Amino acid sequence: MADVVLKIEDLGISFGGLHAVEHLNLEVKEKQIYGLVGPNGAGKTTVFNMLTGVYQPTTGTFSLYGETLNGKTQEAINHKGIARTFQNIRLFTNMSVIRNVMVGLHNQPEFKCDPFSSMLRLPKYYKTENAMRARAKEILDIFGLLEERNSLSSNLPYGKQRKLEIARAMATNPKLLLLDEPAAGMNPNETAELMDIIRFIRDEFNISVLLIEHDMKFVSGLCDEITVLNFGTTLAQGDAQTALNDPEVIRAYIGG
Amino acid sequence: MEYIKNIKKSYKLKYNITYYIIIAIVAVMSVMSLTGDLKRSTMGLLARIAYSIIMALSLNLVVGFLGELSLGHGGFMCVGAYIGCFCANYLHNVIGSPLLVLIIAMVIGGISAAFFGFIIGLPALRLKGDYLAIVTLAFGEIVRNIFKNLPWFGGAMGLSTVTYSSNSLFIVGFVVVLLVLFLSQNLIRSKHGRAVTAIRDNEIAAKAMGINVTFYKLLIFVISAAFAGVAGVIYGHFTTPVMYSFFSYNYSIEVLVMVVLGGMASLNGSIIAATLITVVNFLLQDNLSGDLAALRLLIYALILIVVVLFNNSPAFKPIREKYSFHKLLEKLSSHRKPGTVTDDKADWNKIESKIPMDEVLSVDFRTEEATPASDFTEKEDNDNG
Repeated sequence: MADVVLKIEDLGISFGGLHAVEHLNLEVKEKQIYGLVGPNGAGKTTVFNMLTGVYQPTTGTFSLYGETLNGKTQEAINHKGIARTFQNIRLFTNMSVIRNVMVGLHNQPEFKCDPFSSMLRLPKYYKTENAMRARAKEILDIFGLLEERNSLSSNLPYGKQRKLEIARAMATNPKLLLLDEPAAGMNPNETAELMDIIRFIRDEFNISVLLIEHDMKFVSGLCDEITVLNFGTTLAQGDAQTALNDPEVIRAYIGG
Repeated sequence: MEYIKNIKKSYKLKYNITYYIIIAIVAVMSVMSLTGDLKRSTMGLLARIAYSIIMALSLNLVVGFLGELSLGHGGFMCVGAYIGCFCANYLHNVIGSPLLVLIIAMVIGGISAAFFGFIIGLPALRLKGDYLAIVTLAFGEIVRNIFKNLPWFGGAMGLSTVTYSSNSLFIVGFVVVLLVLFLSQNLIRSKHGRAVTAIRDNEIAAKAMGINVTFYKLLIFVISAAFAGVAGVIYGHFTTPVMYSFFSYNYSIEVLVMVVLGGMASLNGSIIAATLITVVNFLLQDNLSGDLAALRLLIYALILIVVVLFNNSPAFKPIREKYSFHKLLEKLSSHRKPGTVTDDKADWNKIESKIPMDEVLSVDFRTEEATPASDFTEKEDNDNG
């Protein structure tokens, strides 16, 4: 049995009287790609926001490799090893592609440099800057964005912006990557390429992936296990084929 | 060895043209002041330009790079001026060298302003946008009124200081300008600068990248306040007495105008705009006497409106592009950085169309397309059957 990376126990949040997510239990295992699906308003992004510390859950806990993380700030959770992308792309639009990735590298222990050595351009400054640049280039090369490294991130085509966002999240060296609708707005070719990229980064970086997606082909082709949410409650859980064929799930999507 | 190579690499003319321009101008002015060719008023103007540039650079860190509006920058300058000059008055009795006293006073003024920046930053940086602007505005007014009412600092009469002759002060001032420019440019070009601009571009994403937003906001606020304090000490040694009324919100707004006019997040722009505004102010003050003096602010405002219009109006775009500073720089360094993606310069209107569009459009494709479509329906039927 592989190790459990992320363990969510009885997680729930309510905004006033609205129970956005209730009694969510799931386990993401090592090197697993886990899908979180459900109709609009099911609470998928809310789960992501709780896992990254944007919202504080009202009930339950979640832990990464046995370390409980609820109540921590967004920065602290990122340091512990959870990185995410956003449903609506949030790049640093006024910065070049390579600088976006270098921001992701900011907290890596090998790139430590205090503000005063930077301000005075001490040898440490050059050492960290050059090392960061080299590492960022490596990451961009993996994602096939090396050619565009000096162009403004907002000038990239949509699919590449998505890729850059994943590259930036990977730069923070996570153990668990949360992808919020990574294939949204992509054409079939780009989606197929994205599936390969996600598999590749799982093997290359040895991470687990938790993703939200509406494209069922994408989900069933990629995910080892999925959880279906509807109105904050868990409808079905298990491997993709069984969970998606569950009558409850079909009813939630199609109605009846 | 590698360190020296790195330094050589980063000090190419292209990247640091501002330093050389400032050094060249100051060198010429210093020689002129030594030979006595420079008017006293011009030397005074240069000293004023020096502290205006420092103020504009320091405010640009907060407004341009951090993206937070601060309207109380005069307050930090006030702290620096009063405390720095107060210490300098005592130091003059102990230390003989006036230059050393000035340097120590600048350090003290900078540190005390930084301390105030820290104190005001802690609660204020939980606020955003307009609310932060109001808090900083209030801070600026409170600080100068406190100094107005403290008897040790001369009260309403102002703090009388030992002034330096402006033919040496402006040189010191510009050395500090270079230092401030050097420090802020290095900060911006480092990983910390990237973190700060990331916060400005998208705070949520910056947090998700694990950047400590509070730390960086506070850091920029403190550094910026320290620079403003140093500017205050230079101001205090240029005019006597140091009057609380100078640091009113009008002055804070004037510094903000320099930053906006020069372009947010552009250090070179801030330098140019600060110089320009100080010179315009000086010339108007100098040349309009008697009844015309009342027109000073009106003309000043008109000039600002024209400059802002010129900078932003689409009507002036061709002129702006023809005489742009960047183009000049590109000409100076004729090679481009490899890998830079530039806009496609091809003009689509000039490409002659070889395809006879009318003929293409008149061909009826429907007959040809009908076959695969019918195939498809047949297949569907078969599947169902």
